[in-house]
Amino acid sequence: MALIEIRNLWKEYGSQVVLEQLNKTVHEGEFVTIVGASGCGKTTFLKLLLGTESPSRGQLLLDGEPMVAEPGEERGIVFQRYSVFPHMTVLDNVVLSSELKSSPFLGRLFGKARKEAEKSSIEMIEAVGLGHALRKYPHELSGGMQQRLALAQSLIKRPRILLLDEPFGALDPGIRADMHQLVLSLWREHKLTIFMITHDIKEGFYLGTRLWVFDKHRVDPQAPNAYGAQITYDLPVDRSAQKTAEKIVSPTQIKLAVGAA
Amino acid sequence: MKKLINCVPGWAARWTLGLLPFVLCLVLYLVASNARLAENQHDKLLPSFSSIAGAIDRAALTPDKRSGEYIFWQDTAASLWRLTLGVGISALSALIIGVLNGAIPYLRAPLSPFVTALSLVPPMAILPILFIVFGLGELSKVMLIVIGITPFLIRDIQQRVLEIPSEQLIKAQTLGASTWQIIVRVILPQTMPRLLASVRLSLGAAWLFLIAAEAIAATEGLGYRIFLVRRYLSMDVILPYVVWITLLAFLLDWLLRKISRLCYPWFHAQTENA
Ligand SMILES: Nc1ncnc2c1ncn2[C@@H]1O[C@H](COP(=O)(O)OP(=O)(O)O)[C@@H](O)[C@H]1O
Ligand SMILES: [Mg+2]
Repeated sequence: MALIEIRNLWKEYGSQVVLEQLNKTVHEGEFVTIVGASGCGKTTFLKLLLGTESPSRGQLLLDGEPMVAEPGEERGIVFQRYSVFPHMTVLDNVVLSSELKSSPFLGRLFGKARKEAEKSSIEMIEAVGLGHALRKYPHELSGGMQQRLALAQSLIKRPRILLLDEPFGALDPGIRADMHQLVLSLWREHKLTIFMITHDIKEGFYLGTRLWVFDKHRVDPQAPNAYGAQITYDLPVDRSAQKTAEKIVSPTQIKLAVGAA
Repeated sequence: MKKLINCVPGWAARWTLGLLPFVLCLVLYLVASNARLAENQHDKLLPSFSSIAGAIDRAALTPDKRSGEYIFWQDTAASLWRLTLGVGISALSALIIGVLNGAIPYLRAPLSPFVTALSLVPPMAILPILFIVFGLGELSKVMLIVIGITPFLIRDIQQRVLEIPSEQLIKAQTLGASTWQIIVRVILPQTMPRLLASVRLSLGAAWLFLIAAEAIAATEGLGYRIFLVRRYLSMDVILPYVVWITLLAFLLDWLLRKISRLCYPWFHAQTENA
């Protein structure tokens, strides 16, 4: 059965149509990468999946049931920014989810239980390359390091559905490649379903099993808000597509490449 | 030549410049006092430093003839006790109500307009009601401080809670947090340094209410003393008391700032970078 079904989904803010008429089915274990012009509604789409925005029209089904309109444990998120807790150290940020799970009243663990929780957290922190910064606060980290912390924080929870909003934008190439390997291995190991927005189309082709291009189908120059974005391309990614990706650098070029194919 | 906005005084220059106005005021006072005393040696308006020292000696260093107490320290203790009790009660209740208001829309809906209305009631206007209801004892003085600053503190805390980026609250939910857990692990710790900051801002008002209440009904306290000796035009007592109150206010503010910096380094790093 399909994990997520998107049925004739619309999202409007007042008179501005952001997304129109989306129809898609996503199965467990797919890795959907999303590209599209800035401001075309990619983040809005993730918010719909997350449950912090609700559809204006249409339906969003999870396991055949309407999606709960509230963020919950089964869906993890890494936002573009403000994603870590400024009052907690790196370690505390990552340990938090196990503390919340085992200590409903205080939301804190002590002694042996805490040590136990720290062990797996430290492993995850080392995996994102922040092992040297366990006791640092987010304000002492660079933007890229904060983003990796946010990633560790979400990954350790192993949510069924992981939503990533341009998570690697601020990383330099070496670290970015490490993060790619980390996400891919966790994705394979735990059969996660991932939606990832990226502005780097190569990255989209490299990581995803499926690449969506968000774009406005129609544009009325007199009323630029009258029409929303749709998923104009839904490309299954295989080896050959990844080869194509080698040659492609910008969204316009992908349109040309896909159109020619 | 650098532009003026780029010329920054060094450490020594900052201290010298900072002290300068104080020294100037002292000198000005001395000159004026000397001039008046030269004309009339019984002048009470600007007493000489020696008569001020004498008054301090009588109040702070010699026991009172009747009670055997050192009235200056007795006054200080009484006032500080009322002030800390009033501010403490206000801060605690503001923290609880402000955080709940900020975090839970269904509490904010009925409480927020009510608190706004309360904060517009002039506290001095209801001082007589407090005296009638709570009597002339300690309680009504403490209550005046509480009523005077709590609504402001609640509104400020509520606002700070609402300013926490929604991304953080959403993130906490995706990590499995319940409403209660979000309050104790995400909202409350981030509100503490903000509470200290708004308490610092409200201290001035707290002193105002304290001294007003003491002036009207008390048997000891810094405000009580000042208004008592006013009848005898005892500027030699009033002036050191005012300086002492100012110093206490400064020390309290400094203490709160130190505590905040010590306990919440992440908060100060954030606000200073922003
Ligand atoms: N809460 C909101 N209220 C009104 N308009 C919004 C809101 N959130 C997003 N928008 C608008 O929706 C459009 C898509 O935004 P977004 O999804 O953030 O784009 P992006 O593809 O860059 O992530 C933008 O034009 C933005 O102005
Ligand atoms: Mg976006």
